[in-house]
Amino acid sequence: MSDEKNEKRVLEEVTGGEYKYGFFTDIASDQAPKGLTEDTIRFISKKKKEPEWMLEFRLKAFRHWLTLEEPDWALLHHPPIDYQDIIFYSAPKPKKELESLDEVDPELLDTFNKLGISLEEQKRLSGVAVDAVIDSVSVKTTFQETLAKHDIIFCSISEAIQNHPDLVKKYLGTVVPYTDNYFAALNSAVFSDGSFCYIPKGVRCPIELSTYFRINAANTGQFERTLLIADEGGYVSYLEGCTAPMRDENQLHAAIVEIIAHDEAEVKYSTVQNWYPGNKEGKGGIYNFVTKRGLCKGHHSKISWTQVETGSAITWKYPSCILMGDDSVGEFYSVAVTNNYQQADTGTKMIHIGKNTRSTIISKGISAGKSNNSYRGLVRISKKADNARNYSQCDSLLLGDQCGAHTFPYIRTANDSAIVEHEATTSKISDDQLFYCQQRGIDMEKAIGLIVNGYAKQVLNKLPMEFAVEAQKLLAITLEGSVG
Amino acid sequence: MLLNIKNLHVAINGKEIIKGLNLSVNKGEVHAIMGPNGTGKSTLAAAITGREGYEITQGEIIYKGQVINDWSPDKRANEGVFLSFQYPIEIPGVSMTNFMRTALNAKREYLGQPPMAAKEFLKKMEEKKKLVQIQSKLTNRSVNEGFSGGEKKKNEIFQMAMLEPELAILDETDSGLDIDALRVVANGVNQLKSGENAFIVITHYQRLLEYIVPDFVHVMYDGHIVKSGGKKLALELEEKGYEWIKELVEN
Repeated sequence: MSDEKNEKRVLEEVTGGEYKYGFFTDIASDQAPKGLTEDTIRFISKKKKEPEWMLEFRLKAFRHWLTLEEPDWALLHHPPIDYQDIIFYSAPKPKKELESLDEVDPELLDTFNKLGISLEEQKRLSGVAVDAVIDSVSVKTTFQETLAKHDIIFCSISEAIQNHPDLVKKYLGTVVPYTDNYFAALNSAVFSDGSFCYIPKGVRCPIELSTYFRINAANTGQFERTLLIADEGGYVSYLEGCTAPMRDENQLHAAIVEIIAHDEAEVKYSTVQNWYPGNKEGKGGIYNFVTKRGLCKGHHSKISWTQVETGSAITWKYPSCILMGDDSVGEFYSVAVTNNYQQADTGTKMIHIGKNTRSTIISKGISAGKSNNSYRGLVRISKKADNARNYSQCDSLLLGDQCGAHTFPYIRTANDSAIVEHEATTSKISDDQLFYCQQRGIDMEKAIGLIVNGYAKQVLNKLPMEFAVEAQKLLAITLEGSVG
Repeated sequence: MLLNIKNLHVAINGKEIIKGLNLSVNKGEVHAIMGPNGTGKSTLAAAITGREGYEITQGEIIYKGQVINDWSPDKRANEGVFLSFQYPIEIPGVSMTNFMRTALNAKREYLGQPPMAAKEFLKKMEEKKKLVQIQSKLTNRSVNEGFSGGEKKKNEIFQMAMLEPELAILDETDSGLDIDALRVVANGVNQLKSGENAFIVITHYQRLLEYIVPDFVHVMYDGHIVKSGGKKLALELEEKGYEWIKELVEN
């Protein structure tokens, strides 16, 4: 094949290829009609060429969802969601290819630059033609080779349903059953795609896994479904999201992430979320309603959640750990920022079931503008959970005098040997601190960034390094214009 | 003239604290400002450094030939104004090293210079730490967090040494210091004195002025400078007390 033809093929595979997988050209329409009925579910399943058991899974969930009412106990307000006005399935369209970065919204480019995102990465994120031969292909190929060497399975969940049905059947819905909550039922019925990862026994995944490297990394934000399994002695660190601001025409994002860790296995799950938060008047913006749960099934297993939430109009999620195995460990590190009219009701649940289990919760909320930020957490120690230990630290930082910070910690213990510690602080960035920085020549914006990052350091330190650097910049950018 | 303050009136929440103050400071000079509590000494420092909440209702602060009444605090700092705080605040999670680097590079950016290379910066840190006898591990800690009173004051002088200001204001630098710490701090200040910079030393007590010898002493009372003189004035004040000044003013 000539060089030119080869290049074209590679380009197609990399940019167009990810949208081709799983979809066949004999299906007439590209998207489902608005609304949600059993027909919509069948349409989705058919489009994805799913086996019968998968369709059954979806239908059961959907029928259950019909019996439920949207929960309203959180400290969140939003206009009622019209489920019949949503398109629940869209075949991912190839991104409109741009000639150069000059065609990209300058405000977006400005943010990219502030985040320190490289030019090549900026192009990729904006849909500008990428120099595929040099960049993406070689990186992706090496990555896949490394995974294959260790028998690590990392692919889209759609692929996994086709190629690893036994694994999917065994684990899907075991940590977050469709009966869990309203949005879990919805997601189980209509989930689009997401990540699937299986770490075999004794394997320590040598690379940080991230959504970018998954071949089918299409616009799957709407109803993402992720399933990570670490078999005995396995280890994996997974990165979800990116610091670059992400827009989506779909407002409701109801995702599910399930993690299972077997004996002596460890999963580290890090999220940096910067979905469109709506404009300065609070119009628009993504609703991020997520159910994330990890099951420490085996003894000495460990699951850590680290999240930096700066985007979305509404963030509603409680990444949790069920500490079933003896000596298992659950951790939750969170920085949640709200500005303008954003709202967040987020936290975690640590359920201690096995013996000698430990959990750590460090939550740093930052509110600015007219936003509202709530921490909601549950530490539950069941009757047989001997020698359980929990340490929780929930801090709130308020910037300005029109925002709100709230804490709803729940502690329920049924075992006398438990030790549960809870600390909480509420603070403001003092004028004294700001002036001190300014008197050293640091302007107001930089000063806020510095102080806020100092405040969030404990959590940011838990992120994989490259993410940590970007997250620091992201915090500063999110709070621009919040004081003064 | 480095600093020229003309008929300055400053109010806090509508209440006038400084009621017509004049002061001229030239390069190479050390001026001491003394006076009882509540006479406006710290307010003067706040007004010169541009602290919010201190309203200039009349008069001008002229620095390096320009009226700086409306300049932001960081602009004044980048133009070489430094304040050694009376009560240095803590900034948790922000290391001294990171803080210092940010400040230094902010100034360089303002002056159109590239940021300082890491190696050069660390070398400078070591050099200045020695000057004020600051232990190495203090700079790994968060800004002023867990520092003793004396360490905080030394840390102020350390920052001054790093930023090399043209006009340094020391606000009650001696308060809370034992005699040894006082000597170290004073020594640090004296080493930084050059013909190109100037110092305004705000203090209650004459003791500091034995170590940082002033060229001019001004006594403030009720928002004015009521008496100026040479270093001997400080001794006279120590001897006679502030009652003497009060009497002078009332007659």
